[in-house]
Amino acid sequence: MTATMRSQSAVTVVELMDADPRVSVVLAEISVERFEDALRRHPDRAVNVGIMEQTMIGVAAGMALEGQLPVAHSIAPFLVERSLEQIKLDLGNQELGAILIGTGGSYDYSTEGTTHHSPGDVQVLLSVPGIAVHVPGHPAEVDVLLRDAHRTGGLTYLRTSAAENAGPRPIDPGKLLRVRTGRRGTVVAVGPMLDRTLQAVQGIDVTVLYVTTVAPLDAAGLAAAAADAAEVITVEPFHEGTLAGSLAAALADRPRRFLHIGAPRRVLRNYGSVDDLDRAAGLDADSIRSRISEFLRR
Amino acid sequence: MAIDSPPQSSESRAEIVRLAALATGDEKHEASSYSTLDALTVLYERVLRVRPAEPGWPGRDRFILSKGHGPAAYYAVLAWRGFFPEQWLPTFMHSGTRLGGHPDRLLVPGVEASTGSLGHGLAMGAGVALTLRARGSDSRTVVMTGDAELNEGSNWEAILLAPVLRLANLTLVVIDNHTSSVPLVPLDGKLAAFGWAAETVDGRDHPALERALRRRTDDRPIAVVADVEAQ
Repeated sequence: MTATMRSQSAVTVVELMDADPRVSVVLAEISVERFEDALRRHPDRAVNVGIMEQTMIGVAAGMALEGQLPVAHSIAPFLVERSLEQIKLDLGNQELGAILIGTGGSYDYSTEGTTHHSPGDVQVLLSVPGIAVHVPGHPAEVDVLLRDAHRTGGLTYLRTSAAENAGPRPIDPGKLLRVRTGRRGTVVAVGPMLDRTLQAVQGIDVTVLYVTTVAPLDAAGLAAAAADAAEVITVEPFHEGTLAGSLAAALADRPRRFLHIGAPRRVLRNYGSVDDLDRAAGLDADSIRSRISEFLRR
Repeated sequence: MAIDSPPQSSESRAEIVRLAALATGDEKHEASSYSTLDALTVLYERVLRVRPAEPGWPGRDRFILSKGHGPAAYYAVLAWRGFFPEQWLPTFMHSGTRLGGHPDRLLVPGVEASTGSLGHGLAMGAGVALTLRARGSDSRTVVMTGDAELNEGSNWEAILLAPVLRLANLTLVVIDNHTSSVPLVPLDGKLAAFGWAAETVDGRDHPALERALRRRTDDRPIAVVADVEAQ
Protein backbone atom coordinates (compact mmCIF):
# COMPACT_ATOMS: atom_id res chain seq x y z
CA MET A 1 0.00 0.00 0.00
CA THR A 2 1.29 3.44 -0.86
CA ALA A 3 2.24 5.44 2.19
CA THR A 4 0.36 8.59 3.04
CA MET A 5 1.83 11.29 5.21
CA ARG A 6 -0.36 10.07 8.05
CA SER A 7 0.61 6.41 7.68
CA GLN A 8 4.28 7.29 7.31
CA SER A 9 4.19 9.33 10.50
CA ALA A 10 3.03 6.25 12.43
CA VAL A 11 5.67 4.03 10.82
CA THR A 12 8.47 6.46 11.63
CA VAL A 13 7.27 7.04 15.19
CA VAL A 14 7.14 3.31 15.91
CA GLU A 15 10.65 2.91 14.52
CA LEU A 16 11.85 5.74 16.75
CA MET A 17 10.09 4.12 19.71
CA ASP A 18 11.73 0.78 19.08
CA ALA A 19 15.14 2.40 18.83
CA ASP A 20 14.88 4.90 21.68
CA PRO A 21 13.30 4.13 25.06
CA ARG A 22 12.86 7.87 25.61
CA VAL A 23 10.15 8.01 22.96
CA SER A 24 6.56 7.63 24.19
CA VAL A 25 3.27 7.82 22.35
CA VAL A 26 0.00 9.23 23.68
CA LEU A 27 -3.13 8.83 21.58
CA ALA A 28 -6.68 10.03 22.04
CA GLU A 29 -8.45 7.24 20.16
CA ILE A 30 -7.56 8.55 16.72
CA SER A 31 -5.18 6.30 14.76
CA VAL A 32 -5.05 3.64 17.48
CA GLU A 33 -5.17 1.01 14.74
CA ARG A 34 -1.93 2.39 13.30
CA PHE A 35 -0.14 1.96 16.62
CA GLU A 36 -1.64 -1.36 17.73
CA ASP A 37 1.66 -3.16 17.67
CA ALA A 38 3.42 -0.44 19.64
CA LEU A 39 0.60 -0.27 22.17
CA ARG A 40 1.01 -3.99 22.74
CA ARG A 41 4.80 -4.06 22.85
CA HIS A 42 5.36 -0.89 24.88
CA PRO A 43 2.30 -0.69 27.13
CA ASP A 44 3.81 1.89 29.48
CA ARG A 45 5.26 4.03 26.70
CA ALA A 46 2.33 3.87 24.32
CA VAL A 47 -1.05 4.72 25.76
CA ASN A 48 -4.46 5.49 24.35
CA VAL A 49 -6.19 7.77 26.83
CA GLY A 50 -9.52 7.68 25.04
CA ILE A 51 -11.28 10.74 23.70
CA MET A 52 -9.48 13.16 26.02
CA GLU A 53 -7.35 15.57 24.06
CA GLN A 54 -6.53 17.84 26.98
CA THR A 55 -5.44 14.84 29.00
CA MET A 56 -3.47 13.49 26.05
CA ILE A 57 -1.30 16.60 26.15
CA GLY A 58 -1.17 16.69 29.96
CA VAL A 59 -0.07 13.06 30.13
CA ALA A 60 2.50 13.74 27.42
CA ALA A 61 3.81 16.69 29.43
CA GLY A 62 4.08 14.49 32.52
CA MET A 63 6.12 12.02 30.52
CA ALA A 64 8.30 14.86 29.29
CA LEU A 65 8.81 16.04 32.88
CA GLU A 66 10.39 12.63 33.46
CA GLY A 67 12.69 12.98 30.47
CA GLN A 68 10.64 11.20 27.82
CA LEU A 69 10.08 12.60 24.35
CA PRO A 70 6.34 12.03 23.93
CA VAL A 71 4.52 11.96 20.62
CA ALA A 72 0.87 13.03 20.68
CA HIS A 73 -1.34 12.65 17.67
CA SER A 74 -4.89 13.38 16.59
CA ILE A 75 -6.96 15.15 14.00
CA ALA A 76 -5.62 18.69 13.91
CA PRO A 77 -8.55 20.67 15.40
CA PHE A 78 -8.81 18.31 18.36
CA LEU A 79 -5.06 18.03 18.86
CA VAL A 80 -4.34 21.73 18.52
CA GLU A 81 -7.35 23.88 19.20
CA ARG A 82 -9.10 21.84 21.85
CA SER A 83 -5.97 21.37 23.91
CA LEU A 84 -4.25 24.65 23.11
CA GLU A 85 -3.90 25.69 26.74
CA GLN A 86 -2.23 22.39 27.60
CA ILE A 87 0.14 22.84 24.67
CA LYS A 88 0.87 26.40 25.73
CA LEU A 89 1.29 25.83 29.46
CA ASP A 90 2.15 22.18 30.04
CA LEU A 91 4.59 21.96 27.15
CA GLY A 92 5.54 25.44 25.92
CA ASN A 93 5.84 27.38 29.15
CA GLN A 94 7.55 24.49 30.88
CA GLU A 95 10.02 24.28 27.99
CA LEU A 96 9.35 20.59 27.49
CA GLY A 97 9.99 18.66 24.32
CA ALA A 98 7.23 16.77 22.53
CA ILE A 99 6.22 15.95 19.00
CA LEU A 100 2.64 16.77 18.06
CA ILE A 101 1.42 15.20 14.84
CA GLY A 102 -1.74 16.60 13.36
CA THR A 103 -3.64 14.92 10.60
CA GLY A 104 -6.37 16.29 8.39
CA GLY A 105 -4.71 19.36 6.96
CA SER A 106 -7.16 22.21 6.57
CA TYR A 107 -10.04 20.46 4.82
CA ASP A 108 -9.13 16.76 4.46
CA TYR A 109 -12.31 15.78 6.27
CA SER A 110 -14.06 17.39 3.37
CA THR A 111 -17.40 15.68 3.83
CA GLU A 112 -17.50 16.09 7.60
CA GLY A 113 -18.05 19.80 7.88
CA THR A 114 -16.49 22.65 9.77
CA THR A 115 -15.93 20.86 13.08
CA HIS A 116 -13.24 18.75 11.45
CA HIS A 117 -11.54 21.58 9.57
CA SER A 118 -8.37 23.14 10.88
CA PRO A 119 -7.06 25.91 8.66
CA GLY A 120 -6.07 27.87 11.78
CA ASP A 121 -3.85 25.29 13.47
CA VAL A 122 -0.49 26.75 12.54
CA GLN A 123 -1.51 30.31 13.28
CA VAL A 124 -2.51 29.51 16.84
CA LEU A 125 0.56 27.36 17.43
CA LEU A 126 2.82 30.21 16.36
CA SER A 127 1.72 31.90 19.58
CA VAL A 128 3.61 29.24 21.56
CA PRO A 129 7.17 30.49 22.05
CA GLY A 130 9.85 28.13 20.82
CA ILE A 131 7.65 25.71 18.93
CA ALA A 132 8.94 24.29 15.66
CA VAL A 133 6.33 23.79 12.96
CA HIS A 134 6.95 21.44 10.07
CA VAL A 135 4.65 21.18 7.07
CA PRO A 136 5.91 18.34 4.89
CA GLY A 137 4.68 17.85 1.36
CA HIS A 138 5.37 14.15 0.93
CA PRO A 139 5.52 11.00 3.10
CA ALA A 140 9.28 10.74 2.65
CA GLU A 141 9.60 14.27 4.00
CA VAL A 142 7.50 13.28 7.00
CA ASP A 143 10.14 10.71 7.81
CA VAL A 144 13.01 13.21 7.45
CA LEU A 145 11.29 15.87 9.54
CA LEU A 146 10.18 13.49 12.30
CA ARG A 147 13.67 12.12 12.68
CA ASP A 148 14.93 15.69 12.89
CA ALA A 149 12.34 16.50 15.55
CA HIS A 150 13.51 13.44 17.49
CA ARG A 151 17.11 14.55 17.14
CA THR A 152 16.45 18.09 18.36
CA GLY A 153 14.10 16.97 21.13
CA GLY A 154 12.20 20.26 21.27
CA LEU A 155 8.50 21.04 21.03
CA THR A 156 7.46 20.32 17.46
CA TYR A 157 4.23 20.32 15.50
CA LEU A 158 4.17 18.26 12.33
CA ARG A 159 1.21 18.89 10.06
CA THR A 160 0.20 16.08 7.75
CA SER A 161 -2.42 16.28 5.05
CA ALA A 162 -4.02 14.16 2.39
CA ALA A 163 -2.75 16.58 -0.23
CA GLU A 164 0.83 15.89 -1.13
CA ASN A 165 3.31 16.52 -3.89
CA ALA A 166 4.05 13.83 -6.49
CA GLY A 167 7.54 13.24 -5.18
CA PRO A 168 9.75 14.21 -2.26
CA ARG A 169 12.30 16.99 -2.42
CA PRO A 170 15.82 16.84 -0.99
CA ILE A 171 14.88 18.95 2.03
CA ASP A 172 17.25 19.99 4.77
CA PRO A 173 15.13 20.38 7.92
CA GLY A 174 14.76 24.02 8.84
CA LYS A 175 16.04 25.28 5.49
CA LEU A 176 14.10 26.42 2.47
CA LEU A 177 14.85 24.90 -0.89
CA ARG A 178 15.07 26.84 -4.15
CA VAL A 179 13.10 24.90 -6.73
CA ARG A 180 13.04 27.36 -9.61
CA THR A 181 14.75 30.63 -10.42
CA GLY A 182 13.04 33.56 -12.12
CA ARG A 183 13.24 37.34 -12.33
CA ARG A 184 9.68 38.48 -11.69
CA GLY A 185 9.19 38.04 -7.99
CA THR A 186 9.49 35.15 -5.56
CA VAL A 187 6.86 32.59 -4.66
CA VAL A 188 7.15 30.72 -1.37
CA ALA A 189 5.25 27.42 -1.54
CA VAL A 190 4.57 25.64 1.75
CA GLY A 191 4.51 21.83 1.98
CA PRO A 192 1.74 20.26 -0.10
CA MET A 193 1.21 23.51 -2.03
CA LEU A 194 4.41 23.05 -4.04
CA ASP A 195 3.18 20.99 -6.99
CA ARG A 196 0.11 23.09 -7.60
CA THR A 197 2.19 26.24 -7.24
CA LEU A 198 4.65 25.02 -9.87
CA GLN A 199 1.69 24.22 -12.08
CA ALA A 200 0.19 27.64 -11.43
CA VAL A 201 3.34 29.59 -12.36
CA GLN A 202 4.07 27.79 -15.62
CA GLY A 203 5.15 30.46 -18.06
CA ILE A 204 5.50 33.09 -15.32
CA ASP A 205 9.09 34.12 -14.68
CA VAL A 206 9.25 33.75 -10.90
CA THR A 207 11.53 32.11 -8.37
CA VAL A 208 9.88 29.32 -6.41
CA LEU A 209 11.09 28.50 -2.93
CA TYR A 210 9.90 25.40 -1.07
CA VAL A 211 9.37 25.67 2.67
CA THR A 212 8.65 22.71 4.93
CA THR A 213 9.67 24.32 8.22
CA VAL A 214 7.57 27.41 8.85
CA ALA A 215 8.72 27.99 12.42
CA PRO A 216 11.39 28.98 12.85
CA LEU A 217 11.32 30.24 9.29
CA ASP A 218 14.64 30.12 7.44
CA ALA A 219 14.95 33.90 7.55
CA ALA A 220 18.53 34.05 6.33
CA GLY A 221 17.80 31.69 3.47
CA LEU A 222 14.74 33.66 2.52
CA ALA A 223 16.55 36.99 2.66
CA ALA A 224 19.26 35.62 0.40
CA ALA A 225 16.94 33.86 -2.03
CA ALA A 226 14.52 36.76 -2.33
CA ALA A 227 17.10 39.55 -2.08
CA ASP A 228 16.17 41.11 -5.42
CA ALA A 229 12.46 40.35 -5.36
CA ALA A 230 10.15 43.34 -5.27
CA GLU A 231 7.14 41.02 -5.14
CA VAL A 232 6.85 38.14 -2.70
CA ILE A 233 3.97 35.69 -2.82
CA THR A 234 3.22 32.91 -0.36
CA VAL A 235 1.07 29.89 -1.10
CA GLU A 236 0.07 28.41 2.25
CA PRO A 237 -2.09 25.34 2.96
CA PHE A 238 -3.47 27.01 6.11
CA HIS A 239 -5.03 30.41 6.75
CA GLU A 240 -3.68 32.92 4.29
CA GLY A 241 -1.24 35.33 5.84
CA THR A 242 -0.24 32.95 8.63
CA LEU A 243 3.38 33.51 7.65
CA ALA A 244 2.99 37.20 6.84
CA GLY A 245 4.73 38.40 9.98
CA SER A 246 7.65 36.00 9.67
CA LEU A 247 8.14 36.91 6.01
CA ALA A 248 7.93 40.62 6.62
CA ALA A 249 10.48 40.35 9.42
CA ALA A 250 12.85 38.33 7.26
CA LEU A 251 12.52 40.71 4.32
CA ALA A 252 12.50 44.06 6.12
CA ASP A 253 15.54 45.43 4.31
CA ARG A 254 13.56 47.20 1.56
CA PRO A 255 9.99 47.92 0.48
CA ARG A 256 8.28 44.98 -1.18
CA ARG A 257 4.77 43.98 -2.17
CA PHE A 258 3.35 40.86 -0.58
CA LEU A 259 0.52 38.56 -1.61
CA HIS A 260 -0.60 35.77 0.69
CA ILE A 261 -2.60 32.97 -0.87
CA GLY A 262 -4.00 30.36 1.49
CA ALA A 263 -7.14 29.06 3.10
CA PRO A 264 -9.64 31.90 3.30
CA ARG A 265 -10.41 33.36 6.71
CA ARG A 266 -14.04 32.42 6.67
CA VAL A 267 -16.00 29.32 7.67
CA LEU A 268 -16.09 27.02 4.68
CA ARG A 269 -19.48 25.33 4.78
CA ASN A 270 -18.91 23.29 1.65
CA TYR A 271 -18.98 19.49 1.46
CA GLY A 272 -17.48 17.26 -1.20
CA SER A 273 -14.05 15.97 -2.15
CA VAL A 274 -10.82 17.59 -0.99
CA ASP A 275 -10.49 18.94 -4.52
CA ASP A 276 -13.96 20.42 -4.25
CA LEU A 277 -13.03 22.22 -1.05
CA ASP A 278 -9.70 23.37 -2.48
CA ARG A 279 -11.61 24.96 -5.35
CA ALA A 280 -14.05 26.56 -2.91
CA ALA A 281 -11.09 27.84 -0.91
CA GLY A 282 -9.24 29.10 -3.98
CA LEU A 283 -6.40 26.66 -3.40
CA ASP A 284 -6.54 24.86 -6.74
CA ALA A 285 -3.84 25.59 -9.32
CA ASP A 286 -6.11 27.66 -11.57
CA SER A 287 -7.20 29.95 -8.73
CA ILE A 288 -3.61 30.33 -7.53
CA ARG A 289 -2.45 31.17 -11.05
CA SER A 290 -5.16 33.73 -11.49
CA ARG A 291 -4.29 35.53 -8.24
CA ILE A 292 -0.56 35.50 -8.90
CA SER A 293 -1.04 36.83 -12.43
CA GLU A 294 -3.31 39.59 -11.28
CA PHE A 295 -0.92 40.58 -8.49
CA LEU A 296 2.06 40.74 -10.81
CA ARG A 297 0.12 42.84 -13.35
CA ARG A 298 -0.62 45.55 -10.78
CA MET B 1 9.15 7.10 59.42
CA ALA B 2 6.57 4.89 61.06
CA ILE B 3 3.02 6.01 61.39
CA ASP B 4 3.21 5.86 65.18
CA SER B 5 6.34 8.00 65.37
CA PRO B 6 6.25 10.87 67.83
CA PRO B 7 4.16 13.77 66.61
CA GLN B 8 6.32 16.52 65.27
CA SER B 9 3.82 18.39 63.24
CA SER B 10 2.72 21.00 65.74
CA GLU B 11 6.23 22.42 66.00
CA SER B 12 6.76 22.07 62.31
CA ARG B 13 3.46 23.70 61.58
CA ALA B 14 4.30 26.70 63.76
CA GLU B 15 7.58 27.13 61.93
CA ILE B 16 5.92 26.83 58.55
CA VAL B 17 3.30 29.39 59.55
CA ARG B 18 6.12 31.74 60.51
CA LEU B 19 7.81 31.19 57.17
CA ALA B 20 4.58 31.65 55.25
CA ALA B 21 4.06 34.96 57.01
CA LEU B 22 7.38 36.14 55.61
CA ALA B 23 5.91 35.89 52.15
CA THR B 24 4.27 39.14 51.19
CA GLY B 25 2.57 40.34 48.07
CA ASP B 26 -0.37 42.17 46.60
CA GLU B 27 -2.43 39.07 46.05
CA LYS B 28 -1.54 36.38 48.51
CA HIS B 29 -4.50 34.08 48.04
CA GLU B 30 -4.37 33.69 51.80
CA ALA B 31 -7.38 31.47 52.16
CA SER B 32 -6.16 29.00 49.59
CA SER B 33 -2.62 29.23 50.97
CA TYR B 34 -3.57 28.26 54.46
CA SER B 35 -6.11 25.65 53.49
CA THR B 36 -3.24 23.59 52.11
CA LEU B 37 -0.85 24.20 54.97
CA ASP B 38 -1.52 21.11 57.06
CA ALA B 39 -1.60 18.66 54.19
CA LEU B 40 1.59 20.16 52.80
CA THR B 41 3.25 19.99 56.20
CA VAL B 42 2.38 16.33 56.63
CA LEU B 43 3.42 15.48 53.07
CA TYR B 44 6.81 17.15 53.31
CA GLU B 45 7.48 16.14 56.92
CA ARG B 46 6.26 12.56 56.96
CA VAL B 47 5.26 11.22 53.58
CA LEU B 48 7.25 12.41 50.60
CA ARG B 49 10.72 11.07 49.93
CA VAL B 50 12.75 14.07 48.81
CA ARG B 51 16.33 15.32 48.92
CA PRO B 52 16.23 19.13 49.11
CA ALA B 53 19.93 19.40 48.32
CA GLU B 54 19.34 17.31 45.22
CA PRO B 55 15.94 18.41 43.88
CA GLY B 56 16.25 16.25 40.77
CA TRP B 57 17.17 13.06 42.61
CA PRO B 58 15.59 10.30 40.49
CA GLY B 59 14.41 8.36 43.54
CA ARG B 60 12.32 11.22 44.90
CA ASP B 61 8.56 11.28 45.17
CA ARG B 62 6.91 13.84 42.91
CA PHE B 63 4.51 16.49 44.17
CA ILE B 64 2.45 18.71 41.89
CA LEU B 65 0.44 21.62 43.31
CA SER B 66 -2.14 21.46 40.55
CA LYS B 67 -4.11 24.48 41.55
CA GLY B 68 -1.03 26.62 41.80
CA HIS B 69 -3.08 29.18 43.68
CA GLY B 70 -2.03 30.33 47.10
CA PRO B 71 1.55 29.10 46.98
CA ALA B 72 2.72 30.92 50.11
CA ALA B 73 2.29 27.81 52.24
CA TYR B 74 3.92 25.71 49.53
CA TYR B 75 6.91 28.00 49.32
CA ALA B 76 7.12 28.07 53.12
CA VAL B 77 7.18 24.27 53.27
CA LEU B 78 9.82 24.05 50.55
CA ALA B 79 11.95 26.63 52.38
CA TRP B 80 11.41 24.78 55.64
CA ARG B 81 12.69 21.59 54.03
CA GLY B 82 15.68 23.50 52.66
CA PHE B 83 14.95 23.61 48.94
CA PHE B 84 15.81 27.31 49.00
CA PRO B 85 16.72 29.86 51.69
CA GLU B 86 13.98 31.45 53.74
CA GLN B 87 15.40 34.82 52.69
CA TRP B 88 13.60 34.25 49.42
CA LEU B 89 10.20 34.31 51.08
CA PRO B 90 9.86 38.09 51.66
CA THR B 91 10.42 38.55 47.91
CA PHE B 92 7.18 36.69 47.15
CA MET B 93 5.47 38.30 44.15
CA HIS B 94 7.89 41.23 44.05
CA SER B 95 9.85 42.29 41.02
CA GLY B 96 12.89 40.10 40.55
CA THR B 97 11.60 37.24 42.71
CA ARG B 98 11.61 33.58 41.84
CA LEU B 99 8.48 33.11 43.94
CA GLY B 100 5.57 34.20 41.79
CA GLY B 101 1.86 34.14 42.47
CA HIS B 102 1.80 30.71 40.90
CA PRO B 103 4.80 28.37 41.00
CA ASP B 104 7.19 28.03 38.08
CA ARG B 105 9.30 24.88 38.05
CA LEU B 106 12.02 26.63 36.08
CA LEU B 107 12.44 29.21 38.86
CA VAL B 108 11.82 27.38 42.14
CA PRO B 109 13.87 24.39 43.32
CA GLY B 110 11.59 21.57 44.38
CA VAL B 111 8.66 22.61 42.19
CA GLU B 112 7.98 19.71 39.87
CA ALA B 113 5.48 21.39 37.54
CA SER B 114 4.48 24.94 36.69
CA THR B 115 0.82 25.46 37.46
CA GLY B 116 -1.78 28.14 38.02
CA SER B 117 -4.40 27.55 35.37
CA LEU B 118 -6.77 25.12 37.04
CA GLY B 119 -7.14 21.55 35.94
CA HIS B 120 -3.69 20.78 34.55
CA GLY B 121 -1.89 18.95 37.33
CA LEU B 122 -3.62 15.61 37.47
CA ALA B 123 -3.09 14.70 33.81
CA MET B 124 0.55 15.66 34.13
CA GLY B 125 0.74 13.61 37.29
CA ALA B 126 -0.69 10.62 35.44
CA GLY B 127 2.01 10.97 32.78
CA VAL B 128 4.67 11.19 35.48
CA ALA B 129 3.28 8.16 37.31
CA LEU B 130 3.02 6.14 34.12
CA THR B 131 6.63 6.86 33.25
CA LEU B 132 7.90 6.09 36.74
CA ARG B 133 6.08 2.77 36.65
CA ALA B 134 7.53 1.99 33.23
CA ARG B 135 10.99 2.47 34.71
CA GLY B 136 10.28 0.21 37.65
CA SER B 137 10.56 3.11 40.09
CA ASP B 138 8.79 2.89 43.44
CA SER B 139 8.49 6.68 43.63
CA ARG B 140 5.01 7.99 44.05
CA THR B 141 3.33 10.97 42.50
CA VAL B 142 1.07 13.19 44.58
CA VAL B 143 -1.15 15.82 42.99
CA MET B 144 -2.97 18.43 45.07
CA THR B 145 -6.08 20.20 43.80
CA GLY B 146 -8.68 22.42 45.37
CA ASP B 147 -12.34 21.45 45.51
CA ALA B 148 -13.41 24.32 43.26
CA GLU B 149 -10.65 23.36 40.85
CA LEU B 150 -12.58 20.17 40.24
CA ASN B 151 -15.16 22.24 38.36
CA GLU B 152 -12.73 22.09 35.45
CA GLY B 153 -13.65 19.16 33.21
CA SER B 154 -10.05 18.31 32.45
CA ASN B 155 -9.75 16.97 36.02
CA TRP B 156 -12.53 14.53 35.37
CA GLU B 157 -10.84 13.24 32.26
CA ALA B 158 -7.81 12.40 34.35
CA ILE B 159 -9.96 11.09 37.22
CA LEU B 160 -11.59 8.73 34.71
CA LEU B 161 -8.26 7.70 33.22
CA ALA B 162 -6.00 7.04 36.21
CA PRO B 163 -7.89 3.99 37.55
CA VAL B 164 -8.09 2.54 34.04
CA LEU B 165 -4.30 2.77 33.86
CA ARG B 166 -4.13 1.21 37.35
CA LEU B 167 -1.89 4.00 38.57
CA ALA B 168 -1.44 2.75 42.10
CA ASN B 169 1.57 5.07 42.41
CA LEU B 170 -0.63 8.17 41.99
CA THR B 171 -2.32 10.02 44.86
CA LEU B 172 -4.80 12.84 44.48
CA VAL B 173 -5.21 15.18 47.44
CA VAL B 174 -8.24 17.44 47.23
CA ILE B 175 -8.14 20.32 49.67
CA ASP B 176 -11.84 20.82 50.26
CA ASN B 177 -12.31 24.27 51.68
CA HIS B 178 -15.85 24.36 50.34
CA THR B 179 -15.29 27.05 47.77
CA SER B 180 -16.90 25.22 44.86
CA SER B 181 -20.05 26.98 43.70
CA VAL B 182 -21.13 23.72 42.12
CA PRO B 183 -21.93 21.14 44.81
CA LEU B 184 -19.49 18.22 44.79
CA VAL B 185 -20.94 16.22 47.65
CA PRO B 186 -20.24 13.38 48.09
CA LEU B 187 -16.80 14.03 46.63
CA ASP B 188 -15.19 10.87 47.97
CA GLY B 189 -18.17 8.91 46.66
CA LYS B 190 -17.78 10.43 43.23
CA LEU B 191 -14.08 9.60 43.16
CA ALA B 192 -14.74 6.07 44.39
CA ALA B 193 -17.32 5.62 41.65
CA PHE B 194 -14.59 6.47 39.12
CA GLY B 195 -12.42 3.72 40.62
CA TRP B 196 -10.25 5.56 43.11
CA ALA B 197 -9.55 4.31 46.62
CA ALA B 198 -11.08 7.44 48.09
CA GLU B 199 -11.67 8.68 51.59
CA THR B 200 -12.30 11.95 53.38
CA VAL B 201 -10.21 13.01 56.34
CA ASP B 202 -9.99 16.05 58.56
CA GLY B 203 -7.59 18.30 56.69
CA ARG B 204 -6.24 19.72 59.94
CA ASP B 205 -5.67 16.35 61.64
CA HIS B 206 -2.06 15.45 61.03
CA PRO B 207 -2.17 11.78 62.10
CA ALA B 208 -5.28 11.25 59.99
CA LEU B 209 -3.67 12.96 57.02
CA GLU B 210 -0.50 10.94 57.44
CA ARG B 211 -2.35 7.66 57.57
CA ALA B 212 -4.41 8.50 54.49
CA LEU B 213 -1.47 9.86 52.51
CA ARG B 214 0.69 6.83 53.25
CA ARG B 215 -1.96 4.45 52.06
CA ARG B 216 -1.19 2.35 48.98
CA THR B 217 -3.17 -0.22 47.05
CA ASP B 218 -1.97 -2.77 44.54
CA ASP B 219 -3.88 -1.50 41.58
CA ARG B 220 -5.87 1.64 42.31
CA PRO B 221 -4.92 5.30 42.64
CA ILE B 222 -5.52 6.90 46.02
CA ALA B 223 -7.72 9.94 46.60
CA VAL B 224 -7.68 11.85 49.86
CA VAL B 225 -10.25 14.56 50.38
CA ALA B 226 -8.78 16.81 53.05
CA ASP B 227 -11.72 18.61 54.56
CA VAL B 228 -10.93 22.00 56.05
CA GLU B 229 -13.06 24.85 57.29
CA ALA B 230 -15.04 26.75 54.71
CA GLN B 231 -13.41 29.93 53.47
